[in-house]
Amino acid sequence: MIHSLLAEFAGPNELLDAVRQARRHYEEVDAYSPYAVDGLAEALGMRRNRVPLITLLGGLIGGGGVYFLEWYSAVIDYPINSGGRPLNSWPVFIPPTFELTILGAALAAFIGMLVLNGLPKLHHPLFNVPQFDLASRNRFFLGIRATDRRFDPTLTRQYLLGLDPLRVVEVPE
Amino acid sequence: MATDGGTLIHPSGERYVAPGTLVPPRGERYTGAIITDKIADLVLVRPMGRGFYIGFIVTSAFTLLFLVAISYLFATGVGIWGVNQPVAWAFALTNFVWWVGIGHAGTFISAFLLLLRQHWRTSVNRFAEAMTIFAVAMAGLMPILHLGRPWFAYWLVPYPDVMNIWPQWRSPLIWDIFAIATYIIVSILFWYMGLIPDLASLRDRAQSRTKQIAYGLFALGWRGEARQWFRFETAYLLMAGLATPLVISVHTVVSLDFSFGLVPGWHSTIFPPYFVDGALYSGFAMAIVLAVPLRAIFRLRDFITVDHLSKMAILLLVTGEIVFYSYVVEAFNAYYSADAYEIAMIKIRYFGPYAPISWSVILCNVLIPQALWSGKLRRNPLALFCLGMVVLLGMWLERFMIIVASLERDFLPSSWHMFYPTFWDLATLAGSVGAFAFMFLLFLRFLPAISMSELRKEAREKPIRASA
Repeated sequence: MIHSLLAEFAGPNELLDAVRQARRHYEEVDAYSPYAVDGLAEALGMRRNRVPLITLLGGLIGGGGVYFLEWYSAVIDYPINSGGRPLNSWPVFIPPTFELTILGAALAAFIGMLVLNGLPKLHHPLFNVPQFDLASRNRFFLGIRATDRRFDPTLTRQYLLGLDPLRVVEVPE
Repeated sequence: MATDGGTLIHPSGERYVAPGTLVPPRGERYTGAIITDKIADLVLVRPMGRGFYIGFIVTSAFTLLFLVAISYLFATGVGIWGVNQPVAWAFALTNFVWWVGIGHAGTFISAFLLLLRQHWRTSVNRFAEAMTIFAVAMAGLMPILHLGRPWFAYWLVPYPDVMNIWPQWRSPLIWDIFAIATYIIVSILFWYMGLIPDLASLRDRAQSRTKQIAYGLFALGWRGEARQWFRFETAYLLMAGLATPLVISVHTVVSLDFSFGLVPGWHSTIFPPYFVDGALYSGFAMAIVLAVPLRAIFRLRDFITVDHLSKMAILLLVTGEIVFYSYVVEAFNAYYSADAYEIAMIKIRYFGPYAPISWSVILCNVLIPQALWSGKLRRNPLALFCLGMVVLLGMWLERFMIIVASLERDFLPSSWHMFYPTFWDLATLAGSVGAFAFMFLLFLRFLPAISMSELRKEAREKPIRASA
C-alpha cells in the first residue's frame, strides 16, 4: 500500500508554484516545509483556522470561571465583612479574573493548536521515508495522498516529475 | 548514516556540515541547512569542554548550597535569617522581586517585540525565554520560603476545604499567586511551543536511538505540514498578544503587594509603572550578561551580532532613564505630600543607616549606565557585560532599599530595628543565583539556544552573512 507520493524541492518558491499547479488536478495535496512559508496554507485552500475562536472561548471560561468562584465564595459560601466593603467587591476581583483570562486563553491556544493539528502523533508513514528527515532542515516537500480520487501510482509520479522536483519518492503505508 | 572524514552523509547524498568547520566562507550567506546543522550540533555532537564542566561543577555546588539553606530553613524556621520586627520582609522578598523582574525582559523580547515586528528578536528570544522561566522559578520559591510555615503554602489557592474558609480575594498577596502561577505556566507554554519545530529538527538530525526517541517524544510528531504551520503561527501570535499584557500585570501585582501597605516608602501610586520598568531594566541587563558569553563560547557571533547587543543596550538605556525618573518623582512626591513620615522616610533612605545602599543604587542604576549614551560602548560586548552586572547588582540593592530601609523605621521610634543579613540569608541569595545558572547550563546542553525554524525563515528574507 502507498500512503502518498512526495516530490522534493530546494526552495519555498518552487514548492509554492508546484502546490498551485498540483491543486488544479488533485484535492488531497500536502506541503511540508522547514519553516512557515507565507501563503502556502492559502495555496492549499486554507484561508482561516479555528485557533482564535478556541482561544477566545478559553479566555472567557478562565476569566468567567474565576470571577464566579470569587463571587460564590465571597457572597454565598463565606460572606465576611471586610472593612465595610460590599461582599461583591468587583474592582478587587478583577486582578485574578484578568490573570485567569490570560491563562485560559493561552492554554486553549496551545491545546487547540495541537488538537487541530492532530498532534501528538508520534508515528506517521512519512517518518518511514529517510528523505523526510530533511523536511525539518532545508528541503520542501509536496505530497499527494493515495486516497485522492485521481491518484494513480504511475500517472501521479509522472505528473510530479513534470513539476521539475529534485526527486520523487514513494511513502509506504 | 555514513560518514566521510567526520562529515555525516544523509542516505540521499546530502552532506551535513561537520561540527566546528568554518562554513560558510567569509561574506557568504547562511543557508537553512547550515543554520540547522550549526545550532543542532551544539546540543547533539559538540563535546562538553573543560569550561563547561567547571561551570557545571561550580553551579551545582551553589545549587546544593541552595538546597541545604532551604532544608535548614524548613527544619528550623525563619529565625535563621536576620529578619525581625519591624523588618519582617527582607532578603526573601528582595530576591523575589528581583527574580520576577529579571524574567520580564524574556517575555518582552519574545512577545512584545514579535508584535512590533522587530525581526532582530529571532536570534535572542529562545534563550531569553529560558532565562524567564528559570528566573520566575527562583522567584516563585522565595515567598514560599519566607512564609514561616511553608507547608501551608497551598492555603493561598482557593479550593473547597474542610475548614470551610476561602482566601481573602481583596488582598494583593492572593492576586500574587494567580499572577505568578499564570506567568510561569504561560511562559513555559510559549517557550515549549516555539521549541516544537526545533525539537523535530533535532529528532531528524540525531544519530543515537536514545536521542531520537527523547527529542521525538517532545516534538510530538511535528511534520512541518503547511496547515500545521498556519495554525502554529496563529497560536504563536495569539500567545504573544496574551503574554504582553500579562507581563505588565505581573509586576504591577507584585508592586501592589507593597503599595497596598501603609508603610511610608511603599504606599505610593507610582509603584506599578516604577516596578514594571525596573523589572525590564534588570531583565535586559541579565539578557546581555547571558548573551555575551553565549555568543563567544558557542561561536554564535554571526547570529547574535553586535547589532543585537547594541539594540538591547538601547533598551537598557531607555528603561534606565525611566528608573532614574522614578527615583526623582518618588522623592518629589514625598516632599509634595507634606506628610512628615513620607519626608522622614526619604531623608532616612539617603542619609540614614542604609545610606550607603541607597547611594550605591544611584551609582549602579543611574550614574554608571549613562555610559550607554556612547555608541562605541554599546558595541563593545565586554563593556556591556560588565555594565549588565552593575545594573543587576544595582537593581537588587534597589529592591533591598525599598523593602528594608522603609520597614526599618516604623511609625513608633521604639520599634526601630536594623536588619543585618545572616549567613543563611546570603546563602539563599547565592544559592538561587547558582541554581539559575545551573538550569541555564542544562538548557544549553540539551536544547537549541537559538530558534532554528525562525532563523531559517529570517535568513531567507534578510541574508545573514558570515563574518569570520
